[in-house]
Amino acid sequence: MPLPSYTLGVMEASAYAPEVFARGLPSSPPEQQPEANGEPIGSVAGVASPLLSLQGIGLSFGGVVALADIDLSVRPGEIRTIIGPNGAGKSSLINVISGVYRPDRGHVQLDGVVYAQVPTQRLAQLGVARTFQNLALFKGLSVLDNVASGLAYKVRSNFAGQVLGIGRSRGEQRDSLSRAEQILEFLDLTAVRDRLAGTLPYGLQKRVELARALVAEPRLLLLDEPMAGMTAGEKSEMATFVRAARDRFATTVVLIEHDVGVVMGLSDRIAVLDYGRKIADATPDEVRNDQRVIDAYLGVASDNEDGAGI
Amino acid sequence: MTAITSDFFSAPVLPKWVAPVLLLAFAYGVVPLIGSSYLFEAILLPFLALSLAGVGLNILTGYAGQVSLGSAAFMAAGAFAAYNFDLRVEGLPLIGSIFLAGIVAAAIGIVFGLPSLRLKGFYLAVSTLAAQFFVQWALTKFSWFSNNSASGVIDAPRLSISGFALDGAIGRYLFALTIVTVLTFLAHRLVTSQTGRNFIAIRDNETAARIIGIPVLKTKLLAFAISSFIIGVAGVIWAFAYLRTVEPDGFDLDRSFQILFIIIIGGLASIRGAFFGAALIVVFPLGLSRLGGFLLGDLFDSGVLDMSQRIVLGALIILFLILEPDGLVALWDRIRRRLLFAWQST
Repeated sequence: MPLPSYTLGVMEASAYAPEVFARGLPSSPPEQQPEANGEPIGSVAGVASPLLSLQGIGLSFGGVVALADIDLSVRPGEIRTIIGPNGAGKSSLINVISGVYRPDRGHVQLDGVVYAQVPTQRLAQLGVARTFQNLALFKGLSVLDNVASGLAYKVRSNFAGQVLGIGRSRGEQRDSLSRAEQILEFLDLTAVRDRLAGTLPYGLQKRVELARALVAEPRLLLLDEPMAGMTAGEKSEMATFVRAARDRFATTVVLIEHDVGVVMGLSDRIAVLDYGRKIADATPDEVRNDQRVIDAYLGVASDNEDGAGI
Repeated sequence: MTAITSDFFSAPVLPKWVAPVLLLAFAYGVVPLIGSSYLFEAILLPFLALSLAGVGLNILTGYAGQVSLGSAAFMAAGAFAAYNFDLRVEGLPLIGSIFLAGIVAAAIGIVFGLPSLRLKGFYLAVSTLAAQFFVQWALTKFSWFSNNSASGVIDAPRLSISGFALDGAIGRYLFALTIVTVLTFLAHRLVTSQTGRNFIAIRDNETAARIIGIPVLKTKLLAFAISSFIIGVAGVIWAFAYLRTVEPDGFDLDRSFQILFIIIIGGLASIRGAFFGAALIVVFPLGLSRLGGFLLGDLFDSGVLDMSQRIVLGALIILFLILEPDGLVALWDRIRRRLLFAWQST
């Protein structure tokens, strides 16, 4: 039983989610991990435990159920894709994981610590970074400054130190910019480093957003439709960058995508949402042949195919 | 957008610091020798005070994206605080009074910046009106602030820096120029630091800023504090170096709008923009009055001047918002690039 390993995490969680503490341990034991993809990255509960797990997440807006009883378990180092038709609840799920929404039911377990709502303001410190479906770059900053701002959460010097260039501010400034430059080089963005982010073409802006999320070397990277609106070429390029980022920084990736084709080759596992429910959670091959997934995407063949009586 | 084209020309031939240094050398070395008393009293002193106020408001509105209509209140707070520190604290040098006045303005700025934690845009702008009305009311209501002067008018003390008296128009000009130079330099450092990046991040996308770990609430209040500090010091220059006698009514809502127009016309999120805008706002009425007098003669009295000034200024702001939302600075950069390009291709 993994009980001892969980105790610490649940104790820590009590400050955020006392009701979770009272309810006791998570019902499902952590999954075995026969083939670990990434390096173990020191989670509290040990190698076998998931980095991120969702338990019984439910969320509704008024009468509309966005998410219903979602369980999800993401292992360290894997690329886990969440797909589903429009309105399936994919973005809501990312917003729950990143603390933008508070779920009505269930809880999020991050690195062994259980939260009723993930604290958004501390997300970066927890090693979680995300991108947004609609571009959320700082348009008035250069590409380099956009990426460097991904390290803002680490800055300890105050404004006076920065203005006068004294204390630790100089070192911090140098460090942020040099790390930002490294990420720009890694994502092949060096050529546009001094351009204002708002003036770049759409595909590049998406990549700059990825760079801003990656610069903090997060343990968990949430990508909300990173390939939306891209050409086929840009999509495969982006897929290459996502995989390279995982390999280089041992980052766990949770990715939302609308386009099934692109993610088949990229993902280690795929979860499929439909109308707020998880209808499949398996390897790409299994998902591809899953009848319920096919039905969700293509629609169920009606008995009345000729449309008689309509 | 203009920024895309900027890649094609390597516009700055000289290092960035050359132009400001040359300008300063001119302002310190040449202007005091050739300038007339009229130039200092009617143009340069109000220009310097309003430029500094514009720099302060630009940090809050241009960089951090928080609209404020309370600038004149912070100028008044600075002016009256400096007057009282100078009057009531024995042995405090003038610079100390000015610094403390800035701190007082910053504290008031933080208090009236608190609504920004919940309000945005238009609603925030309206809530900053509270500062405008409250400060003006308090300064008029409690005569202690003006040392029990019957009309609420305060007289500026003699200006001196470390025992060196700065009398006369040139002395006051140098006094104002020095303070404006130092604070503008620091403001420039600020907006290119991580704190400045945080300001822009919050302006451009508050949710994303919060997600990447920028302390949004703290940063907004910091913007209010720093902005109010600078505007407060600008108020001291306005009162002590330019007008010499001021009353609370001189810092009314019109003045707040004037400073807002300065940064809109000059260019939002640009330190230089505040100077461009202030130059236009100060020189424009003088030019208009000359032109009107020349064209219409005696018909163009002060009433007509005031009226036509408002009309033309209003039209100008509309034109700028439509044709050049990035202000005079963008216009200037474009012209400079064209000239440079033409010069290079010949």
